[in-house]
Amino acid sequence: MIRERIETIGADTLYYLRDLGRMGLFLLLAVKGVFTPPFRFRALLKEIRLIGVNSVAVIFFTGAFTGMVLGVQGYYTLTKFGSEGGLGSAVALSLIRELGPVLTALMVTGRAGSAMCAELGIMRISEQIDALDCMAIDPFRYLVVPKFLATLISVPILTLFFNVVGIYGGYLVGVKLLGVNPGAYISGMQHSVVNQDINLGIVKSFVFALIIVWVCTGRGYFLHRIRNAGFGAESVSRVTTQAVVISSISVLVWDYLLTAMLL
Amino acid sequence: MRHEPVIRLIEVSKSFGAGERAQRVLDGVNLDIVEGTTTVIAGASGQGKSVTLKLILGLLAPDRGNIEVSGREVGRMGAGELREMRTEFGVLFQGSALFDSLTVFENIALPLKERARLKAGEIRERVMRTLEQLDMAGHEDKYPAQLSGGMKKRVGLARALQMQPRIMLFDEPTTGLDPARSMEIYQLFYRTQKEFGYTSIIVSHDIPRIFDLADRVAILHDGKMWTFDSPEAILLSGEPLIQDFVTLTMGEVYRSGQVETL
Repeated sequence: MIRERIETIGADTLYYLRDLGRMGLFLLLAVKGVFTPPFRFRALLKEIRLIGVNSVAVIFFTGAFTGMVLGVQGYYTLTKFGSEGGLGSAVALSLIRELGPVLTALMVTGRAGSAMCAELGIMRISEQIDALDCMAIDPFRYLVVPKFLATLISVPILTLFFNVVGIYGGYLVGVKLLGVNPGAYISGMQHSVVNQDINLGIVKSFVFALIIVWVCTGRGYFLHRIRNAGFGAESVSRVTTQAVVISSISVLVWDYLLTAMLL
Repeated sequence: MRHEPVIRLIEVSKSFGAGERAQRVLDGVNLDIVEGTTTVIAGASGQGKSVTLKLILGLLAPDRGNIEVSGREVGRMGAGELREMRTEFGVLFQGSALFDSLTVFENIALPLKERARLKAGEIRERVMRTLEQLDMAGHEDKYPAQLSGGMKKRVGLARALQMQPRIMLFDEPTTGLDPARSMEIYQLFYRTQKEFGYTSIIVSHDIPRIFDLADRVAILHDGKMWTFDSPEAILLSGEPLIQDFVTLTMGEVYRSGQVETL
């Protein structure tokens, strides 16, 4: 009884250590692949279209409505102190420092991260990754590296886009609907947003991009090694869900850590 | 070089799972594959036939024992060496393992594009020639999902042959095909092997038809190599275990030396 329990603890520990080691090596190899030629330019463009360009509409709507909500909420709070002129800086700071990077990362996880994970998972279970290995084509270079690079390029740009759309959303609600002075909105924003805020947002968006692509491609790539994943279509659906959950939670945890570290 | 074993398995063991649920798939298997010959690995399902192929390719590592390809130990190769070794192989997977988001043409062209620095026109010419040889002309723009099982196998074979491998591995090439289609695939092996001169290892339980192609037959059972001999010798074998296997898989007719029907 006691022996069994200790055995289970040992086996679990080994499993998680191996899993962590695998994912660590995966990250190292992928990052190394990003910097070593030959570069697959066409594959990269294709992935940027899938991950970045196709997410623009989603990011546009999320950004616009987030900005609009911030406009309404901010106005409601600020009027209590009679300082609705600060609406511009409130909206811009919340977006640039916090909501832009986080919500963009969460949307990209849901839209592109899940797709990457499922794609690699299906290729794994139908032996397509083995087939690449057997043809002496490096599956890393062929499948994983373009996704890494494309996500690292797309997410920061999508974040910038989110911020801009959000700021205009806040402007639309605050100035056009609720009657805040347009000059105050813009100049308040200009005065309160400093370089450090923008840097924080950019650092966050790169870190989040790395988390998303690492977790989602890594889980899909090692689908066959994941315990209790089941088999076939079910394993793909389970592992994809797992990847989205891990990636979303990691984004939020790292958001806190980065804010606390870089504040 | 002929008659030198190109692939050697020495006392290879492999199990899956851990503790009491561990399943021993191979248990001290020895096998020598001679260059230019066709070896059939037979045995019921789940007897480690496909695992043997994956071990040879270095996709799995053995628990014990060594595997040598062209005199070099697979287990000691680094990633680069392993990749280089695999360039000598062509593999036809059990489920064909075609890239389902690429067309037939792109599938076959992939190894050429990735590994050989050829011009687009040259690649196109070579792919089309192979497609014609395998009676697949006109299907180049279809996706794997639009093909029948037999056609997928042919595309898989075409893709595997592109880099002119020295050794071809076939994992259950006729599973799920009707007898007529299976015969077609066998004829294709025969033709392509004559043309390309590769060494081939075929994993199959399509007995007795597969015996026509084989120079040597290895029978795996319970992780052990029961026998490794010429097909005739197996059919005529006096060993009770092998006799039982022959009777079980082929019926009474083939026993007692009536091989002329084959």
